Amino acid sequence: MQPISLHTFEGGIHPPENKHQSTQTPIASLPIPPQLIVPVGQHIGAPAEVIIKVGDKVAKGQLIAKPKGFISAAVHAPTSGTITAIELRELPHSSRLEGLCVIIDSDGEDRWLDEIANGSHNIENYLETENTWLIQRIRDCGITGLGGAGFPTSVKMSVENRGIETLVINAAECEPYITADDSLMRERALDVIYGIQIMLKLTAAKDCLIGIEDNKPEAISALKAALKSIHAEQRIAVVTIPTKYPSGGERQLIKILTGKEVPSDGIPADIGIVCQNVGTCAAVYQAIAFGKPLVSRITTITGESINNPQNVEVLIGTPIKHLLEFAGFKQEKSLFQKLINSKVPAKPRIIMGGPMMGFTLSSDELPILKSSNCILAPSQKELPANDVASACIRCGLCTEACPVELLPQQLYWFSKAGEFDKAEQHNIADCIECGACSYVCPSQIPLVQYYRYAKGEIKEERVAQEKSNRSKIRYEARQDRLDREAAEKEAKRQARAAAAEKAQAAKKAQAAKAALAEASSSVIDSSKVDGTAVEVKQAEPVNLEDLQQKLDAAQAGLKKSMDKIAEIKADESSTQDLAVFEKAVANRRDKVKALALQLAEAKKSAPPAQQDMSADGRASLEKKIRAQQDRLAKTQERVDLAKEQGLESLPALQKGLDKQMQKLKELKDELAQFEQAAL
Amino acid sequence: MSSILIAVVLLATLAIIFGAILGFAAVRFKVEGNPIVDQIDDLLPQTQCGQCSYPGCKPYAEAIAAGEKINKCPPGGESTIIALADLLGVEPEPLDAEHGAEKDVPMVAIIREDECIGCTKCIQACPIDAIMGAAKQMHTVITDECTGCDLCVEPCPVDCIDMVPIETTLQNWHWDKPKNLIEMINIADTADQNVYKEVH
Amino acid sequence: MAINSAGFVNITSPHAHGGNTTSRIMMTVILATIPGVAALTYFFGWGTLINIVLASVTALSCEALILKMRKRPVGFILKDNSALLTAVLLGIALPPLAPWWVTVVAVSFSMVFAKHLYGGLGNNPFNPAMVGYALVLISFPVQMTTTWAVPFFLSDGQTISFSDSLNVIFSNSAAVATTLSDAYSGATPLDTYKHLASNQTALEIMQQPLFANDTQGGSASNWFAGGWEFVNIAFLIGGLALLALRIFTWHIPLSLLAALGTCSLVFGWDADMYVPWSLHIFTGATMMGAFFIATDPVSASTTPLGKIIYGAGIGILIFVIRTWGAYPDAVAFAVLLMNFAAPFIDTYTQPRTYGHVKAKRGMPAKPDANKDADKNVDHKEG
Repeated sequence: MQPISLHTFEGGIHPPENKHQSTQTPIASLPIPPQLIVPVGQHIGAPAEVIIKVGDKVAKGQLIAKPKGFISAAVHAPTSGTITAIELRELPHSSRLEGLCVIIDSDGEDRWLDEIANGSHNIENYLETENTWLIQRIRDCGITGLGGAGFPTSVKMSVENRGIETLVINAAECEPYITADDSLMRERALDVIYGIQIMLKLTAAKDCLIGIEDNKPEAISALKAALKSIHAEQRIAVVTIPTKYPSGGERQLIKILTGKEVPSDGIPADIGIVCQNVGTCAAVYQAIAFGKPLVSRITTITGESINNPQNVEVLIGTPIKHLLEFAGFKQEKSLFQKLINSKVPAKPRIIMGGPMMGFTLSSDELPILKSSNCILAPSQKELPANDVASACIRCGLCTEACPVELLPQQLYWFSKAGEFDKAEQHNIADCIECGACSYVCPSQIPLVQYYRYAKGEIKEERVAQEKSNRSKIRYEARQDRLDREAAEKEAKRQARAAAAEKAQAAKKAQAAKAALAEASSSVIDSSKVDGTAVEVKQAEPVNLEDLQQKLDAAQAGLKKSMDKIAEIKADESSTQDLAVFEKAVANRRDKVKALALQLAEAKKSAPPAQQDMSADGRASLEKKIRAQQDRLAKTQERVDLAKEQGLESLPALQKGLDKQMQKLKELKDELAQFEQAAL
Repeated sequence: MSSILIAVVLLATLAIIFGAILGFAAVRFKVEGNPIVDQIDDLLPQTQCGQCSYPGCKPYAEAIAAGEKINKCPPGGESTIIALADLLGVEPEPLDAEHGAEKDVPMVAIIREDECIGCTKCIQACPIDAIMGAAKQMHTVITDECTGCDLCVEPCPVDCIDMVPIETTLQNWHWDKPKNLIEMINIADTADQNVYKEVH
Repeated sequence: MAINSAGFVNITSPHAHGGNTTSRIMMTVILATIPGVAALTYFFGWGTLINIVLASVTALSCEALILKMRKRPVGFILKDNSALLTAVLLGIALPPLAPWWVTVVAVSFSMVFAKHLYGGLGNNPFNPAMVGYALVLISFPVQMTTTWAVPFFLSDGQTISFSDSLNVIFSNSAAVATTLSDAYSGATPLDTYKHLASNQTALEIMQQPLFANDTQGGSASNWFAGGWEFVNIAFLIGGLALLALRIFTWHIPLSLLAALGTCSLVFGWDADMYVPWSLHIFTGATMMGAFFIATDPVSASTTPLGKIIYGAGIGILIFVIRTWGAYPDAVAFAVLLMNFAAPFIDTYTQPRTYGHVKAKRGMPAKPDANKDADKNVDHKEG
């Protein structure tokens, strides 16, 4: 390969590295904890879908949640055991919100899934295998970026046709304290190189640059030796870059190695580059060659509150208290407590991730995730909590430190004042939240938090704006619809009025004619009357439904009146005239009776509708059921009201309700029968 | 005398010339902008809640354009008033309490579905058709579209609609604004020193 | 920053801090004035030191008082040394033999009006020290222009004694003050040169004791003014030290001196008419202004390009005001004028951010609801 000419990015800082503490011993293995907490949403994208249930026995490496959607990742059981719960637990996240977790009580055997244990998943000639198969396997094994963000690797690798030229491997590990990648490269350099070879094949990139900071000489020589041993130097180059934070940022590393800049609103693939973390490479190799899913990772545990800082191979889902115990966590007294000689232990500060971009944990029960590269337990003296922020004096030190050439002090003023449009104008969206500005700020202002706040507000505002735009459209559509409906109604009304007028006129003419006929002939032709009756009967089937409706309406009216009477009776103080209502009830009852009679007659004379017009009959039945349901609901309402007010009419109403329910049930049965018959 | 005359003529000529130039520029370089009603409407929150006493945001926007006060929109709150004041070049005023108070958190309506009787009253009340359902069928709110206007709560005969704050999820959570010095001092004043130590 | 139930501390990243503090920065700047103050004291007597002490006492008491009134934590804010720095700079800028009340008025005005009425440290649009200076320069022109002590070699080889300095500064009797100050004070070289240039040639002016009587005995070829060049060099040394300590960047001082130097070279070729460039650069408050006043970050421009424009603007204004203005020295006015312009400069000099083809500059466009929606969608991963 051509010798690489290095570039640099603006800004950056040089915090104390503090890496030597944790690289004194080889990678240790943590004893299997009794219980694992495995969140199903550990990655960017949709949380995985749980496919096991409580009580299931699982083997190590068994799929417990499958990816849901394209950008998602599978989750596997990190050890063998029993699923004891699938529930919401607090996630290791700054928000301290809860997410769905699978709780596994381990059986201590750490028994791999048979297929993996007996080697039937192994493949030798993976470099001759189809890309789609390889990517599917990466997806099946739940590989996500191990650098921190946790982006599903299978998605990132699906770039075959995008003209990728360079594969950039991020081995910079620029954050102080963290040495997980360093120790991985020292001890498992070959895994890394094999993984890179797979990625080169997948991306069809011409060459690969491994960017590694010059503070890791052992790792550099290990990688170089590994390359040499398998004669892979042709396409893969180890590039030593100067130590500077944040050269391990994806965009910064790409700038250093290639001189190109990833467009602000794009991804590295847009400029022909794919960037992967070195740990991901090793995980990809394990997945492809042995079918081993991502169930463990190397995590650095360090800080002055830890007796034996080191790197540990730890199962995903291990509560960090086991890790702290393993490495020897010592509780520290705060200055305040020393002053008042308090017995209460100090608040421990446990950071997941590094001192620059990590976040504090709310308890030691939280699990290790696929992306947890470091657990940092600093002492007060080592990383003192920031003092109270004093005023910004616009000294510009943050501008000098910013790796993306923003104006952090301006962003701070805008964020503080809520001038988010100006913050956007100053490219707040490009901030990578690396913390370099806060690190150098003499006023100790929590700048990054201001930016996170502003970014969140901007996002919220945008969502609200979109929603408001949608609401506007919906509102206008509704207004249009209402107008249209009103217009239609009006047109119908007019049509009806016209029809009624016509009918009226016709009736009048008929009446006049009849009068005339009566006058001309005093004898009434009885047969004619019969004739009309027959005619009516013949017309009946069409009107059956109308009749039924009328009957229903009348029944409802009757019921209403009866209710009213009951109400009046119940309410002694009522001065309403009972007689009026009683009369109304009588009238209505008569009407109902008449209608019922008519209907029965009509039904009798009409051909049995159920067989002939099954669709119509069914519709009417359904309608009946609906009507009944409505009535039932109304009655229920009244019952509720009566209950609330303690009315005496309650038992009666209750009875009515029961009756109506009965009726509804009958109707439903009828419908069921009907349907059976139809079949 | 003649010098005065010259001055008058000169000034008049200048006035005519510049007037002509301005007039030409006004026609030639006319900025095609949204009508003011649309611009106002864009600034309103589009909850269509009617708390301003107009039947929707657009009618209120029209009223503002016709001289109505700009402080009658509780859902928009202070930020909308300021934006309107900015647009119209008037002084911002405090929110008119008569029309309600600004809510601290955005809310959405939720129907307790097992209690719904399917009366469609809420469907008719919803200004943006964000409630689904048919007569005698259970109704449900399309949460993503609900503007939290409250208009469906009152018509419900069985009172099965609740207004709940929009749930915080990992997707919409973000850090709070850091406390400034004065807020910290207030905390220190009200709480004991131990709390004060912890806050920073 | 919530206090959580589990009792674990929750603070946002980063957790590491470089350890730099505002008060340390302020104190470094104060210490960097030592060479300049020493030179001033050597050449012009005790006046400057007395001014500094008087100004510091006034500034601290003013600040404490107004913090109390604003209900701010007095001790916490006084610790930041910003009031002290303003006082020291004003003490240096004011004429060494200025009456005590001039100093008190200047300092209290700068503290109360130029700083705290705008919201205190960080919020003042104008350099407080220069606001105070400009106020007394306009209000008390006689005291401000005639009380500059003359260098020791113009007054029988000795500077005014400490007790006499106190006498001049604090005496209520005008007679005492006049007698004493007549003996020890006079106009500054820039003032002198400008006045004499109207009817004398450069060579003639250079015969003036103020220019000729340099420490080396002086000659007409010496284009410096007695003592002043050493004062300026001393401030330059202090300024370079600050530059090395990265208290500020090179942009403002360099562009200021470059602009001033260029202007004075272009116009100063005719030394019979204009003040030569050497006097522009090495007399008056030039170095002090370039390294200690113009670099005040609060009121200066903050973008890299903006700083260059800001500094150059000050340099040009200094030259313009010195040459055609009514005041002999112009640093205060030049700085204040550019303070006005700083926010505007910042708006139009944003740097290009990583990943952007072009720098975004100017004010944010008025939101257009329809166009804005699809813009700025965050495509980033990882």
